[in-house]
Amino acid sequence: MPAQTEKPSHAAESAVAPAQRDARQAVAAGPASASRRALLVGGLVAAGGAAVVARQAQAQTAPAATGAGNMADMAADPYAADTGGMMSGNMTMVGRVDHARNGFDPTAMLTDWDTGRTEILPDGRTLRIFEVDAIDMEIEIAPGVFFPAWTFNGRVPGPALRAKEGERLRIIFRNLGSHPHSMHFHGIHSARMDGITGAGLIGPGEEFVYEFDAKPFGCHLYHCHALPLKRHMHKGMYGLFVVDPDPALHPEFADVAASRVLGSPENAQWQELAMVMNAFDTNFDGANEVYAVNTIGMAFMNAPIKIDKSRPVRIYLMNATEFDPINSFHLHGNFFDYFDTGSQLVPTLRTVDVIMQCQAQRGILEFSFADHEDGLYMFHAHQAEFTELGWMGFFDVSGGRGE
Amino acid sequence: MTSENQLRRPPFIRLMLLLLPLATMLGAFVWIAALDPLRSFNNGAPPVEALTVERTIIDANGIALKLRAGGSAPMVIAQVAVDDAYWSFTQDPAGPIARGNAVWVQIPYPWVLGEAHNITLLTNTGMTFAHEIAVAVATPKPSGPQLRLQAIIGAIVGLLPVALGLMFYPAMRGVGQGGMNFLLALTVGLLGFLLLDTVSEALEQSAGAAALFQGSAMVWLAALASFLMLMAIGRWRGNPEGIALAFYIALGIGIHNFGEGLAIGGAFAAGSAGLGTFLVLGFALHNVTEGIGIAAPMLRARPKLWTFAALTLLAGSPAIFGMWMGSLAYAPQWSALALAVGAGAILQVMVEVTAYLLRQNAKWQVALMSPPVLGGFLGGLAFMYATAALIKI
Repeated sequence: MPAQTEKPSHAAESAVAPAQRDARQAVAAGPASASRRALLVGGLVAAGGAAVVARQAQAQTAPAATGAGNMADMAADPYAADTGGMMSGNMTMVGRVDHARNGFDPTAMLTDWDTGRTEILPDGRTLRIFEVDAIDMEIEIAPGVFFPAWTFNGRVPGPALRAKEGERLRIIFRNLGSHPHSMHFHGIHSARMDGITGAGLIGPGEEFVYEFDAKPFGCHLYHCHALPLKRHMHKGMYGLFVVDPDPALHPEFADVAASRVLGSPENAQWQELAMVMNAFDTNFDGANEVYAVNTIGMAFMNAPIKIDKSRPVRIYLMNATEFDPINSFHLHGNFFDYFDTGSQLVPTLRTVDVIMQCQAQRGILEFSFADHEDGLYMFHAHQAEFTELGWMGFFDVSGGRGE
Repeated sequence: MTSENQLRRPPFIRLMLLLLPLATMLGAFVWIAALDPLRSFNNGAPPVEALTVERTIIDANGIALKLRAGGSAPMVIAQVAVDDAYWSFTQDPAGPIARGNAVWVQIPYPWVLGEAHNITLLTNTGMTFAHEIAVAVATPKPSGPQLRLQAIIGAIVGLLPVALGLMFYPAMRGVGQGGMNFLLALTVGLLGFLLLDTVSEALEQSAGAAALFQGSAMVWLAALASFLMLMAIGRWRGNPEGIALAFYIALGIGIHNFGEGLAIGGAFAAGSAGLGTFLVLGFALHNVTEGIGIAAPMLRARPKLWTFAALTLLAGSPAIFGMWMGSLAYAPQWSALALAVGAGAILQVMVEVTAYLLRQNAKWQVALMSPPVLGGFLGGLAFMYATAALIKI
């Protein structure tokens, strides 16, 4: 920004300094830049010496005065608000992802909880049955960029499975893919149900039924535990596994627990969002090209998440990013309470605006925009690199009170 | 006997003998195309992709890249990231890029003067192609003052040293056979250095060109072709010597300088950074031997003054034209081609000067290994090597 407002004359004075810096950098660059020709070019520029620099000042400094940021097609007023579709000015992906072709929409995923179907067991407990298929599928992860994914139920992340503490869970897993796969649940279960070799890792065309009790309550995850683990993970085989607390088991925090039970009247007050931070190594070089929440880079820049400010927000956040050790979540213009792993009913962190998560780390964020102005509030990873490679979005906050 | 039999065959039979293999060949191609026997090799792998950045233009509109596709199938640029940030861009012409075709990609990126930028081109299959801008400076616009400035630099590194070298002519006139041999061998030596330098530069340039130009094969073949053609032209009317030989040397050096100028202009257009005035002076010193080499075979002739002017222009001015062309329309394959042609020309001159040297001496076997010849040759190599080392970092 300051560069844009710099006066041309001001920039002209500094024109010599960059030339000197060029020289140092070219020297530092070593043999690669030491061709006769490059040197001759150097000489060429310098041959005219100071006179050349002075005479060419206009040409040399034009970029410094206008070019360094102030591109021709940018808004005339640099402080003017950006508008629809290009929320980040030119820092964006070009085009739109065809969510219909993908068969899943990152916005719909925010609230798309898979609660399976239920039966009542002879002992009166609830048996909750999920059906999950492993499917090979090419998905569009950024406009025009296709990724040969391995999916659970044809989506990345896989279905956000949600159950209630104490229920019996039965997950019928079919492998329709081309490689061995499994579902390894974070939570408490027996070794036989672990989703590793010999415990539910099945080949293509096979089926396995995982069965265990839903505990502990919290914001968990499941993922394929076939080897090589990195490949199976970054191909897209992960998803949220949320166990809501049973208020009856937590009398001292019954209200809090009730607010987390999907479908309860207390829960209806909340706006709950399922967010899985993930990334894709499109050229398989061990580094990610596209970062996102719910798979599609820049998705929530192009389609800001609508937030009714009269209701509090609860995010079930999970980090499934492969190749980078940590990811983070930063909220603009607000602070939140954080429940690490979601297995507590009191915040493990209070009033923070950035949290970080290692791979497979997850937690619950709670915040409110009740007293805020209407507007677009950004959220993103605070690793600027991840941000600019797709992991950023907006909350479109509106409604009711405020200024 | 056999050949007589063949000659006696009726025309119809001879025509059939020609048509039969042709028809078989045609049939084979149709069969291959129709049956696609290679289909069974298709294992579902994505097509091979290749992308070459041929030009980079940095200005107030951001960064523009000229890309050439070299993949096995048309390529689609899906996204462009600069310094690990996805950035908006426009492609002209839009759509998939067919093999061998080139497009311009314009990125409105707020580049920073004097700093490095890394561009990543992401295709629809997720392949990435990286392009580094080592030091970002505004690409000079091909304006009148700009072209004049380039002409001045071209003159300093092209015309000036040749003229300076030719100024040694009067001093060189008085030398005897030994001195003459020394100067001619010196010429061969300096040309020998230029030959190696030119070939390696040509190969370096061709490495940066799109694969379909077949870089090193193109360089060697172009050098061979230009060598043979110039030999044929040069020997049209006997062995060149004296002023004629000087003109061939000037031509060879001129083509070399053109190729150099092309690459200099291209590097200039690409925003390569400046280093120092002493480098230009170093180059001028380095190239002074070019003038001495041109003068050497004329020592027994009585060239007119305009001859010197013409020789200077022939050897030196291509550097200026090369710079202009390079800055206006640069691509590594054209630089490589020009340098390869220059290498062939230099080799031709080396052969001719050596032949001339041998003809000058009755006992050429003795002369070849005499101290003046060996000293001159090695001296030429050493001088060029030393001055080149001075200007290399």
